[in-house]
Amino acid sequence: MTLAPRPLCLRGGRVICPASGHDAVSNVMVAGRVIVGMGDAPPPSDADVVDCSGLVVAPGLVDAGVFRADARACQLGGITRAVLMPDQTPPLDDPALVSFARGQGKPDVWVHPLVAGTRGLAGSELAELGLAREAGAVGVATGRAGIASAQVMHRLLAYAANFDMVVVVHAEDPALTEDAVATEGEYATRLGLAAAPAFAEAMAIARDVRLAEACGARLHIRQVTTAEGLDEVRAARARGVRVTAGVTPGHWMLNETALAGFRSFCRLSPPLRCEEDRLAVVEGLRDGTISVVASGHDPKSMEAKRQPFADAAPGMAGAETLLALSLSLVRDGVLTLPRLLGALSTVPAGLFGLAGGSLAMGQPADLVVFDEGAPWRIGPERFAGASNTPFDGLPVAGLVRRTIKGGDILWSG
Amino acid sequence: MAETHSSAHSPAHPALAGGAHPFPHRHLLALSALKPWEVRYLLSEAEAWVDYNRAVSRGDHRLAGMTQINAFFEPSTRTALSFEIAGKRLGADVVNLGVSGSSVKKGETLLDTALTLDAMRPDVIVIRHGSSGAVQLIAEKLGCPVLNAGDGRHEHPTQALLDALTIRRRKGRIEGLTVAICGDILHSRVARSNFQLLASLGAKVRAVAPPTLMPPFIEGLGVDPYTDMAAGLDGVDVVMMLRLQTERMVGAFLPSTREYFRFFGLTEARLARAKPDVLVMHPGPMNRGVEIESAIADDIVRSAVTEQVEMGVAVRMACLDVLTRARRGISGWTA
Repeated sequence: MTLAPRPLCLRGGRVICPASGHDAVSNVMVAGRVIVGMGDAPPPSDADVVDCSGLVVAPGLVDAGVFRADARACQLGGITRAVLMPDQTPPLDDPALVSFARGQGKPDVWVHPLVAGTRGLAGSELAELGLAREAGAVGVATGRAGIASAQVMHRLLAYAANFDMVVVVHAEDPALTEDAVATEGEYATRLGLAAAPAFAEAMAIARDVRLAEACGARLHIRQVTTAEGLDEVRAARARGVRVTAGVTPGHWMLNETALAGFRSFCRLSPPLRCEEDRLAVVEGLRDGTISVVASGHDPKSMEAKRQPFADAAPGMAGAETLLALSLSLVRDGVLTLPRLLGALSTVPAGLFGLAGGSLAMGQPADLVVFDEGAPWRIGPERFAGASNTPFDGLPVAGLVRRTIKGGDILWSG
Repeated sequence: MAETHSSAHSPAHPALAGGAHPFPHRHLLALSALKPWEVRYLLSEAEAWVDYNRAVSRGDHRLAGMTQINAFFEPSTRTALSFEIAGKRLGADVVNLGVSGSSVKKGETLLDTALTLDAMRPDVIVIRHGSSGAVQLIAEKLGCPVLNAGDGRHEHPTQALLDALTIRRRKGRIEGLTVAICGDILHSRVARSNFQLLASLGAKVRAVAPPTLMPPFIEGLGVDPYTDMAAGLDGVDVVMMLRLQTERMVGAFLPSTREYFRFFGLTEARLARAKPDVLVMHPGPMNRGVEIESAIADDIVRSAVTEQVEMGVAVRMACLDVLTRARRGISGWTA
């Protein structure tokens, strides 16, 4: 590790720590790569002082599920830790690959890989979960798709539970959604797109929560996007199943009408849903059924996206826009700012057993400083690489001013 | 011919009131994008070409010197042939690019293929592609008018236009008629284009199909769904059969062709439920004994199958003519 930078004082910002509930104008003191104090004491004379008046100071975002370890994109987005999906080339199904992936972003962004639940993500043979955990895997994931065999899924959950590893799943019934690129509805029918019913999600969730319940396993559904799926999660939680739910901005901001004109940037996985489901996602965020907000960062080349809708690769680049899009939830009165920041950092950090997500003394100095109201327009110039986003051209508010990792200022904007 | 066109250009033409031209579209991609009067304009233009095609002497080569590319990324016999004849009859130089000869097989992306075609400086391109929305995607990259000859399950506009022309000529109108479209609705672009067109011209449209081949939420398109063939044909003026593709058996959509014919084949007994002067249509190629009884297909009074083919050439001539008018510098037409 490089030499620790000079002490740093973030002065006069609205400091929000979702972990402790602190929300007040204060100074944050950093020394030796950790947080050493918070309050209104003046900074020591040898400290670098960053004036944060009018800005929000919060724990660096912990992005619960990205498909590319993209350090630059994370810095632009205020993300200091990223949980990496196993869908890499080759898939992260081996302890050595996990270990390698873990080193990818350091020191700028820490990448926390999820190990593939099955070899090659093929859904048949278990990967070496225990060895992968020793190599640094923070959890297990089924990848972009669910595991078709209930028997394999049952065994995976039982085995992962023994290591207390959280299992991250993609909730779409694999057989029912085979070949589908959209949700069944008037829009898919008009456009002539192969579609699967929205309840394919609830079916997958019902199976997986029942299996997790039987095994006492921890289950995290990376994206819950339908009213029916959310009801399954609520019912499971009510009876004590250890299940959490996440979502990405596409599913609370857009519905199936975005597909008009065959916009392949709107080809997401799971596909966009009807308006009733979108509203249910907003309600799920409000009532806490959905506790994790993530980017699902999945940059794609123009070649992969400039295709007929059904042939285009699903996914959106999103690390850069995660915070700005999420702040819409605060402005719409769905979440308070501290709760949103919790869903973006504290909750995912806890889920995967990561440091961060807190401004307590002794925590790593991973911080984001942002201007909650600064307006900007989403466009390619604000992306680290591929800018495949359905929000291209959208005016948003909320700009990252500093991304600080271990006391180093990595991004100033 | 000259008379017909001059009337369309004359200020007296209702669509031209206020100086607008009657078909303000650069491409023909989807009927969902057209207004009813724009559809009627194309039909009236096509009407004139029907008479022209039946005449012995055919000297109108208004597309002479223009290059028409037929790019078919999906196999086609009759549509490709119909577009080729339509172009040649208007004097265009027609070049056909079939799927086997295309670089798509060699891994070239669709957009690279589009740019390559564009660099050849064609004057009009006719495109068929197996993926919904693909023709629109290519059209955005091309500097010339594009005619959609079928994109995936999305639309097949010239087919619906020729169907409408056939109905209008046989029945004298479209408004107020009840039309049943029967068969594999789920995978059919012909059905989707016809839903749009017939509904916009005031027909009542029914979709008749087994539940596995009926698209969900089809009521949203203004279509009444029927899963019982006899009930679906009750009192209809027009029956439009769709081709059943045998690969549908593999996907567990249907158990067998004989079971399909038993419940959804067009037989005399079922057709008796329709109006006595019912018109039977099929976009071809027909599977006799699978979706339609042979005798019905051959009945020259009720069946309009060969007439549909004839109307196809006229409709495509009209579309090629209208879409190239701006390039040909016809006064009042802009791209």
